Amino acid sequence: MSGAVLEGRGLTKTFKAARGRGLVHAVDDVSLALRAGSVSALVGESGCGKSTVARLLAQVYPPTSGEVLLHGRRVKGFREYRRQVQLIFQDPFSSLNPFHRVRYHLARPLRLHGHVRSAAEEREKVAELLERVSLTPVDQFMDKLPHELSGGQRQRVAIARALAVRPVALIADEPVSMLDVSIRLGVLRLLERLADEEGLALLYITHDIASARYFAEDITVMYAGRLIESGPAETLTQDPRHPYTQLLLESAPDPDRVAVGEPVRHGEPPSLIAPPDGCRFHPRCPVALPECATTVPGRTVVGEGAWAHCWRVSGAAGEEATTSREGSR
Amino acid sequence: MNVLEIRGLGVDYQSATGAVHAVDDVSLDLRRGEILGLAGESGSGKSTLAHAVGRLLRPPAAITGGSVTFHRGDGTAVDVLALRNEELRAFRWREMAIVFQSAMNSLNPVATVGAQIDDVLRIHRPDLPRRSRTERAVDLLQRVGISADRRRSYPHELSGGMRQRAAIAIALALNPEIIIMDEPTTALDVVVQRDILYEIRALREEYGFAVVFITHDLSLLMEISDRIAIMYAGRVVETGGSRDLHRHPRHPYTAGLLRSFPRLRGPREELLGIPGTPPDLRDLPSGCAFHPRCGSAVAECSTRPPRLLDGVACLLNDEKGIR
Repeated sequence: MSGAVLEGRGLTKTFKAARGRGLVHAVDDVSLALRAGSVSALVGESGCGKSTVARLLAQVYPPTSGEVLLHGRRVKGFREYRRQVQLIFQDPFSSLNPFHRVRYHLARPLRLHGHVRSAAEEREKVAELLERVSLTPVDQFMDKLPHELSGGQRQRVAIARALAVRPVALIADEPVSMLDVSIRLGVLRLLERLADEEGLALLYITHDIASARYFAEDITVMYAGRLIESGPAETLTQDPRHPYTQLLLESAPDPDRVAVGEPVRHGEPPSLIAPPDGCRFHPRCPVALPECATTVPGRTVVGEGAWAHCWRVSGAAGEEATTSREGSR
Repeated sequence: MNVLEIRGLGVDYQSATGAVHAVDDVSLDLRRGEILGLAGESGSGKSTLAHAVGRLLRPPAAITGGSVTFHRGDGTAVDVLALRNEELRAFRWREMAIVFQSAMNSLNPVATVGAQIDDVLRIHRPDLPRRSRTERAVDLLQRVGISADRRRSYPHELSGGMRQRAAIAIALALNPEIIIMDEPTTALDVVVQRDILYEIRALREEYGFAVVFITHDLSLLMEISDRIAIMYAGRVVETGGSRDLHRHPRHPYTAGLLRSFPRLRGPREELLGIPGTPPDLRDLPSGCAFHPRCGSAVAECSTRPPRLLDGVACLLNDEKGIR
């Protein structure tokens, strides 16, 4: 796809399970593209492989198969790659070194990547970074230790540190789920602004599909290591096509809900050591067809920039559907 | 009607720099058979309150005042804070049970879930023969949606959702009047969380226990609770029926929380959030602790602490509702 800043193609990752119990198929054939100035969301439950995708895209470890492309090219060299793609982690309590001051956290990437030459310039750049993440007045924050900051402030320092190298893509792995409700919004707004004003390509990884609706342009849903549906945020949340996306949306807390549901047991996501054949959702799917248990559904385009992997959807789309194992991108 | 009455409860954490008032002058009623939601951000004192009621606090936490009264079905009243060790042992599980956030930590890793249910039954109901205990354990597990053969499983062999179900089964074992649930679904996925919430509601219908449900997730709480109490900086700032609180929040903090979380349906309303950060309990703002973050604050808010009157602790709310 043209215009993609960071792209993963057919990413697959397996890990060895402990004590030789086989292979964990954490991520299977995942293709994602991030565009400049746009927020994309990757939504899924814990254990679905979304953090593994984040780490593959950030090249923390290599994929078992597939490739990661930056501006359409493979990048050699860890530091060169890290200069362009940065990760923000979930827990700002453990991602900052408790012994070092804010100034150190921000100055270090500046020095390592050769963005500063003198001490005066370093101070200036650190102040500028703090300003960009709205930690002002900067003098108040520069010499603080992580424990002197609140969770939201720490996460802002982590974001400023990621920005220090002037990346083109930012991967935020559950950046607000450890933060209090009343301060989540501020951090998400900051990320949104960075994408918007500075043209960063941003991947927002979350389990909270409602926040993805507000902050992302498009949402991709992941289940048990595979992508199952993607589309513009509004379309996907208001008119979900895949039964799992529907279940996810139905399950999200909603104070406006009037009817109280009967207790239904939907079961739990499958083991990734021996994932189910066919569609990995079929054992829990309320509308599964016989072929769902045997054959992996291909990609069905369901609208402008929207697709789903589901036999029901491809059946409904009928002849006009363009289904292929490889997908449209 | 009330099964539990908390009056003027205070809990301090003693620290080197003085006492921290984690729970300050909290009064709450729990009605028989209701689900009372307790919401608040980290440091608001919601878990400390629950631990105080369950007599689970350890130093440096200490109860500094107030009372907790439990009313049995037969009309007798129990002063929970005055229970001696033996009485406390009889009170827990039989009359009040607690389900913690992480079932991974609250279950014994070296005992099967069946054995752990059996433990509770054996200690509290010595009259029951082994066979009835086993039957009861199987029955309880099935009630919460775990198949009978799973009673021989160890906690690590169960998924997060199943472990939480097992913890709920143990809480149900002696048919208590009150179950305190401290963030019971926070570590779970939304689909599993939804299943367990419905399960709790169905079990409540069947057994008639009252629930104190603690979480920071207000949207979840609005859906499951009959009534809600919102805590901020150790105090209850608003209480009311879930519907009322959702439609007509009266405290600016509640209103702010409601404008903080994105909604899945309906128009994409602008999220306003709450400016600033939750206060440091060691250094609380004067007057109303929320006033530095409050958009409606008046001069008096920084000097006069509001009292909880008619379900809301806000000076602006003496006569007219704010929105």
